[in-house]
Amino acid sequence: MQRIYFDHNATTPVHPVVVDAMAAALRDEFGNPSSVHYFGQRAKTAMDQARSAVATLIGGDPAEVVFTSGGTESDNHAIRGIAEALEPTGRRHLIATAIEHEAVLNTLKALARRGWTTSLLPVDQTGIVSPGALRDALTDQTALVSVMHANNEIGTVQPIAELARMAHERGALLHTDAVQTAGKLPVGVRALEVDLLSISAHKFYGPKGVGALWVRRGLRLLPILTGGKHERNRRAGTENVAGIVGMGAAAALAAAKMDEDAERLGALRDRLEAGILRAVPGTAVNGARTPRVPNTTNISFDRVEAESLLIALDLEGVAVSTGSACSSGTLEPSHVLKAMGFPPHRAQNSIRFSLGSANSEAEVDRVIALLPAIVEKLRSLTRAPVRV
Amino acid sequence: MSGGVDSSVAAALLAEQGHDVIGLSMQLYPSTGPGQAGGGDRAFGTCCTLDDLLDARRVAAAIGIPHYILNFERQFHDTVISNFVREYAAGRTPLPCAHCNSDLKFSTLLDRALGLGAEQVATGHYARVEQLRDRRWALKRGADADKDQSYFLFSLTQEQLARAVFPVGALTKPAVRAAARRIGLQVAEKPDSQEICFIPDGDYAAFVARQEPAVVRDGAIVDQQGRVLGRHGGVHRFTVGQRKGLGVSAGAPLYVLRIEPQSATVTVGPRPALEQTTLTASGVNWIAGDAPAAWLPVAAQIRHRHRAAPGRVRALEDGRAELVFDEPQPAITPGQAVVFYDADFVVGGGWIQ
Repeated sequence: MQRIYFDHNATTPVHPVVVDAMAAALRDEFGNPSSVHYFGQRAKTAMDQARSAVATLIGGDPAEVVFTSGGTESDNHAIRGIAEALEPTGRRHLIATAIEHEAVLNTLKALARRGWTTSLLPVDQTGIVSPGALRDALTDQTALVSVMHANNEIGTVQPIAELARMAHERGALLHTDAVQTAGKLPVGVRALEVDLLSISAHKFYGPKGVGALWVRRGLRLLPILTGGKHERNRRAGTENVAGIVGMGAAAALAAAKMDEDAERLGALRDRLEAGILRAVPGTAVNGARTPRVPNTTNISFDRVEAESLLIALDLEGVAVSTGSACSSGTLEPSHVLKAMGFPPHRAQNSIRFSLGSANSEAEVDRVIALLPAIVEKLRSLTRAPVRV
Repeated sequence: MSGGVDSSVAAALLAEQGHDVIGLSMQLYPSTGPGQAGGGDRAFGTCCTLDDLLDARRVAAAIGIPHYILNFERQFHDTVISNFVREYAAGRTPLPCAHCNSDLKFSTLLDRALGLGAEQVATGHYARVEQLRDRRWALKRGADADKDQSYFLFSLTQEQLARAVFPVGALTKPAVRAAARRIGLQVAEKPDSQEICFIPDGDYAAFVARQEPAVVRDGAIVDQQGRVLGRHGGVHRFTVGQRKGLGVSAGAPLYVLRIEPQSATVTVGPRPALEQTTLTASGVNWIAGDAPAAWLPVAAQIRHRHRAAPGRVRALEDGRAELVFDEPQPAITPGQAVVFYDADFVVGGGWIQ
């Protein structure tokens, strides 16, 4: 079966150049970067190059980049590291949006259990946070505001710079989870005016298990992993050298071809979106169409269980996604669509299509051609709730 | 595919026979177990926990079929669990597996499967489906008399039976385990699941009380003459025929005879008083035929572990039936099913009133 992968917001295939760079690092750079000798220095040099490439991708300085195990750790580090660093100042209030990734939401919940107060900013059906909501939520006790750069489910881009200025006016810091934008849109830490920014390598054709947290120079952040003095005392543990090298290679590739990719993917996504809306009755796009990452569309299929549609498409070789998966891989109603104020059925009938660099017009057209019959069949079998 | 040996072998046999098989598992409650304060460990080893779902996934990978886990937590709660709680609150003893079969597996799950392009749904039940000469579908006991599960399937309609496949129904349990070993399935030696999968600790009363706190209402335990022998903490703690946990003593052992939810009264008496000859059933499904016009001789089974006893049955109005046993039977329990058999064939069944 010819398989079509439309789930790049979940993860991307590792680019062959990245694979080669990692294989070389595994083979040749086995030294411990903390070691004084030749082998350690080589590994350290390889890591430094990667750090520069990552810094270039996000417009920061290499010294501001802390390598982590991925987006979740970066988000945890930003929030917990700032919360604990600012605890003695009495700033014990944290703000995030209701559509953040679980890495942020559940970290806030964990801190709430330990005495921090937390606020979640609402969103409307555009899926974009209003600056007014942040203005209302900010207090003189607010330590940190965490707002994702783009939402993973619907792709909408948040007005980060405006929100950051607003936070700064009240003496609060702003963290953004840029996991879904790095490699897709320009992510300039200075232009965004943020204090902390999370990225993850496997979302831009790098390996899983490695990410980075950008921390503005001079910002005091407590480590969440304690131990040796790795990563300038910010993240203990012998570094994942091959992974970091892979992330560096992926960052360099992304920086080089982002503009071209974004334009091509935007056209493909628009073709897919328009094609589905035209071919399948009872469909609608969830959230604002702009500003949005160019590869993502989230579409509601009236009177269809997204779970069934996802499986039916997989059986036809088409990989898509929806909502958030729980531990067994089953689907939960999307907290993002719920937060946007959609009724529960719409939070359960929506599918995310997220395109990537290898996708073609032919693949988009095949999916558009497949959908009407699949959806019609599923709708024909929707029965009233069973007798109890 | 529950992750147990029966449904695993069912899937494997169909795949071996060259059918185009899609593996589906149902997640029926949060993976920590329903309402379990203690978390995941207590749910371990019962059907459809996270570990079981992952077992199902491993089996599917081993036999080379696609596999998906469907989230039916809401549907399971709205059909099976709510009925279970309501029945106990009403002084009856529910049979959730039968509801799960007819209201979930062969309705919601069947619809999902048809939506995915499937033609039939196979399960690991020990029962057999046969098409009769007149094209109607018949339900028969499984070949393994000890494992037979036709009792839990009596409420399937003709439409549901036409879509049902029971690949292990013709096998004995040892043969199923042998098939699992031959195919190399990791679940070959996995223990059988408990009867009620969503209450792993077996404390039904505590489960019902958590789900429906209003049932926790004190009442009297009385004898057949109405004399109060003691008090109890709610009718949901009792089932007809129950002997243990009454908290009252008399010369001879006492058994629950009747449960009256309105007055929260539990009537107890000696064992002979437990025996009855007649019962009325409602919601009767005459599975492969029309309701009989006259008294029909049958063997009737009144709970899963009851040896079907001879008697005669006749249809009443409103989907009800009256059954008269040849010999009195102990503990005819409202809420349980009565299933009528002609040899191995299920003639019909209904809910004991």
